[in-house]
Order: sequence, then structure tokens, then C-alpha cells
Amino acid sequence: MDAIGVLMTCPMFAYLEQELEKRFKLYRFWDFPSQRQFFKSHSGSIRAVVGNTKLGADSALIDALPRLEIVASYSVGLDKIDLGKYEEKGIRVTNTPEVLTDDVADIAIALMLGVLRKFCGCDAFVRGGKWKGGDFGFTTKFSGKSIGIVGLGRIGSAIAKRAEAFNCPISYYSRSEKPHVHYKYYPNPVALARHCRILVVACALTEETRHIIGREVMDALGPEGVLINVGRGAHVDEPALISALLEGRLGGAGLDVFENEPEVAEELLRMDNVVLLPHVGSDTVETCEAMADLVVANLEAHFTGKPLLTPVV
Amino acid sequence: MASHAQNDGAPSPLHRRSPPRVLLLRKPHHFSLINRPLPDNFHFLKPWESPLPFDDFLSSPDARAAEAILTYGGAPVTADMLRRLPEARLVVTASAGLNHIDLAECRRRGIAIACSGDAYTDAVADLAVGLLIDVLRKLSAGDRYLRRGLWSSEGEFALGSKLGGKRVGIVGLGRIGLEVAKRLEAFGCAISYQSRKKKPYVSYAFYSNVYELATNCDALVICCGLTEETHHMINREVLLALGKEGVIVNVARGSIIDEKEMVQLLVQGELGGAGLDVFENEPSVPEELLALDNVVLSPHTAVYTPETLSDLCDLVVGNLEAFFSNKPLLSPVLYERTGCSAGIGSVTTTKPDSVGFT
Repeated sequence: MDAIGVLMTCPMFAYLEQELEKRFKLYRFWDFPSQRQFFKSHSGSIRAVVGNTKLGADSALIDALPRLEIVASYSVGLDKIDLGKYEEKGIRVTNTPEVLTDDVADIAIALMLGVLRKFCGCDAFVRGGKWKGGDFGFTTKFSGKSIGIVGLGRIGSAIAKRAEAFNCPISYYSRSEKPHVHYKYYPNPVALARHCRILVVACALTEETRHIIGREVMDALGPEGVLINVGRGAHVDEPALISALLEGRLGGAGLDVFENEPEVAEELLRMDNVVLLPHVGSDTVETCEAMADLVVANLEAHFTGKPLLTPVV
Repeated sequence: MASHAQNDGAPSPLHRRSPPRVLLLRKPHHFSLINRPLPDNFHFLKPWESPLPFDDFLSSPDARAAEAILTYGGAPVTADMLRRLPEARLVVTASAGLNHIDLAECRRRGIAIACSGDAYTDAVADLAVGLLIDVLRKLSAGDRYLRRGLWSSEGEFALGSKLGGKRVGIVGLGRIGLEVAKRLEAFGCAISYQSRKKKPYVSYAFYSNVYELATNCDALVICCGLTEETHHMINREVLLALGKEGVIVNVARGSIIDEKEMVQLLVQGELGGAGLDVFENEPSVPEELLALDNVVLSPHTAVYTPETLSDLCDLVVGNLEAFFSNKPLLSPVLYERTGCSAGIGSVTTTKPDSVGFT
């Protein structure tokens, strides 16, 4: 199989590169100074693309690769992938669902605990030698706080399961009410925000969910409310979030994603009622390896005529 | 229940007698922090308001009439104190720990003890879980990385370690240990524990000693009380058994861990990480820890949330009122039938309707 050309869009995980190289002819897109030159020389060899949430396979890329058969995304999110175009051209698409669900749910809970119990602030307090000058002061109890989940898919459900162990009442908003689910359903995010203390975004990014969390939702969440985002930066109207936090209309926020990564607004960097993470939702050694294995397995299946493991298209 | 000195028949409800005298060993900061006034159906003796030094205050007629003592972790109730307070029949401690109370002397004198019951349980369990996740998933370190601008300049942050599938050993499966276990199970952790005795009705794997527990776990969470037996129980051998990737979380008392050894092992890379809310010599924290990225440090804040202190104050008042109305204490400390070991006694704390869990 090592005659098969696989294009990797950007650096993702050294282990993934190694595993791909063992089986295919791997082209690292970032190694080529000129994209045009690359396409001129190699576009005929590329039969697969491995993309991720930073750099997926968009329209332009699809058009430049006439022999492209499959795109295996090293992510579960598909917002950087032009799905319609793939279907049109008969190109297969796979992602990495399930394997990262636990990690992302864990980070959501970590962010909730972090914002309420001020782990980062407490740690900085001790490291800065301030404990000798007096006690830290109050933080807010997490157990028992009401949690509203936007998007009750795999990740949303995993978040709910963890939060229940802390005796947190759970409610949710989803495109439609889920049968067989015992959490309270609200028909829109504003209503959900009005009835919970912590709101967590765990849905996919689509045209409908872009800026699903705007000023109205934040005001409904309120001065004691906390917003957690483990979805995509574009789920949240970031300027509206910043003013809500600065004006005290929203109590706090825990964010793993931002509209313009890796850039994060100065104002957020100065706040002590927020926890900010550099998009680490699925960034554990165990999960990255599992995701990489899944990408490789999907490609192998495709090129040996077997059924794809986790196809999207 | 201790017998009521004033009558042999019907109990004397609180409102029909003069307000019982309660000796406060320290300023009741749990009440003042949440602006809660002390209940006015008791007469609180406040040694710090007296011109007399504490020792002389104890000998004063006022103090000698004290029927109850209200204390906090760190304000000891000694045998000598109890001898000088012949009317004292109740000790209420606003702490989960009991290592500051001479339990053997209390037992000898038939003095009832009330502790913090379940008031602290959730808050401490939450903190323990939070510290473990923070260490494994590098929450505080990631936030620091981002705020320093390193995400833009250096690129992707380091990978963390998955919580699910980790074998977590709980040292001391009391109220707090059980709640920590329940939470971690929801994250897919495999729970085992060490305790003085195996617990009936509990399905987690039991180890009778911490060394074996550490050998078979990826992380240890310390949830036991500080006693003579548990002092420095987590020593170099135990930490080495936990291993290079091992994580230790302590929300109990600093001196359950041999801190010097732990610091050395962390610095040398023989121990993977630590999440610590307590230290041997608070508020001093070993310098070396301040420079490590694989530790998360917390200034003994486990119980300091307004909700928790409010529950605690309710419980303190509830216990005082119950005792002096001849009703069962809300959160009594019971003496083990097997008797006390030398020095500090071994005790069970239990809710009145629970079944012998410690």
C-alpha cells in the first residue's frame, strides 16, 4: 500500500504521522513552501487526505486533488469539511466519534469545577506566596448546582452522567426532545439558560448553531450564571460574552474553544472569573492514540475494499 | 446520652431553663464569615474578650459552669481542660477531623461529641475530584500557558492523561471517601480502597495496607483522618509504589504524607504529580513545589464555600439544641466497641440512621 499518496494538512500528532508512514506515502502539506508547486507536482498521487479541526479539506483542496477518494478527519467535528461537495463527488469521509467523548466530557466538568472552585486562582495564590498573608476567601460549591446542556448527543450525555454523580439536576436543549431521557427539556437555549446555573455547549457546529449563545442567552443565565464551551468558538458570540462578563451580567465562563484560535481576547486574559484552555478537549495521550488508530484503520479499510469503521459520508 | 444533671424524670426543653453556657475555644469564624449571628438561646463564653489569660479564664466561675465546648480543628480539647470543666457534657467540633480532641478522656467522662457530620462532605469530595482532574488534564497549567501567550507563540500545549480507566485508590473510605468514589466512578475510574477494616456493603476492592493499594493504583486520594497510625503513612515506599506516572491527591491532613519525601520524589521525577489542599506546615508550602508544573496547589480551601459553611452552622446550632432538649445529636461521634487505642482513640462517626459506615 505504500504507493498510495496520503496528504496530511497540518501537524497533528507525531504518532499518527509515524503510523501513516508505515503504510502509505505520506505528504506533509506544511513541508512544501509553495502550495501551487505542490499541487503541480503531486496532486495526481494523492488519494487520501487526513485533516483536522484546524485545517480540514475544503472546496479548494477537493478541486485540486483529482484522484481524491477519501478524507479521514482526525476529529469528530466536521465543521471544516465541505460535506455536500464530498457527497457530490463520491468522496468518502470518516471522523473519530466515540473515542474522544469521555475526554471532552471530563474537560467540561473540569471547567465547571475550575470556574466555581477557582482552582487556577487558588494555585496562583499559593505559588505567589500570598497564603502567608491570609486566607484565599470563598469559592462556590459545585455539587447540587443545576446544569443545562445545549446538545444532548454523545458528549452532552456523558457530561450529564458525570454531573449527576455530583447530585446536579440536569436539563437540556436539543433540536428535538429525546424520548427515554429523564432530564427536563427546554425548547430553546434562552429558556434553558433561565433555568440553570451552569450552561454547557456540547453540540455540533452547523449554520443553525453558529452564535447559538448570544447576549439574550447570557442575560438569561445571569450574574451568578456560568457558561462552559467545549464545542466550537463560533457557538458563542465572543464580543457579547466579553461585555457580559465585564459588566457583571454573566458570572463566569470556562472556555476550551475560541472564535479565532489560538488568539484569545486580551480582556479575557485579564479576568479571574474565567478558566481558559488551549483547545485540549481530547488532548490526552490515550485518546490521541485511539483517534490516530481510527484514522489509520479507516484508511486501511478503504484501500483494501473493506467497510469503513466510522463513515460520515 | 449523658444524664441531665437537674432532673431525674421528664426532660427539660431548652426554652424552660436558663441558656446553657457554651465555651468557645476560638472566635466562631464559620459564623462570622457568612454573617450568621450566634444563636441567642445559649450563653457563649468568649475567652478572647476577657482580660484574663486563657488558663486563668478556664478557672473562673463562668468557665467552670460551661456545659458544652464548641471548638474547631486546631483548638485542642485536652484532658486537663476537661478536668477543669466539671459541668461539660458535650463537645461540638466544627471539623471533620477529631485529632485535636482527647477522645479517651471524653469517653472516660461520658462526654458526648458532635462533629461536622455531612456538612463538609460534598465540598471536600468536589475538591478532591477537581484536584485529580486538574493534575491529569493539566487544567491550571493549561490556563497559565494560554494566559502567558504561549498558545500563539509556542503552539499546541502538552498532552494530558485520560481520567477514564485509571485505577484510583481511596485511602480512608469514610463519608468523604465514599463520595469521592461515587463521583470518580462516573468518569470511568476503577475504585479500590484501604481502610482499617473492610467495609461490608461496598463492592470496591479492599486492601489492608496502603503500600499494596499504591502498587495496584494509578492515583491515590487521601480521605482519612489524622491519627498516630496515619501520621506519615504515605511514605517514600508507598509513593515509589505509586510510580513515575502516579498521582497523589490530599484533602485530609498534610502530615498523613511524608512531605519531604514526596517533594523529593516529585522533583526527581519518581512521582508523576500531586494535587494538594493541605500541607504539613500551613501556610508554608515547600519552595520546590512552587516551580513544578505537575502539581496543583490549594490553600486549604476545601470547605470554604458559603453553602458549606451555612450547612455547618445549621448543624452546630442543631446539635446544641438537640443535646439540650434531650434529643439525639444530629451528627454524633460514636466510640468503637473495641475500645480506644493508646493516646488518641479510634472512633466511628456515623449518621444516626446509617449502618456502621466509617
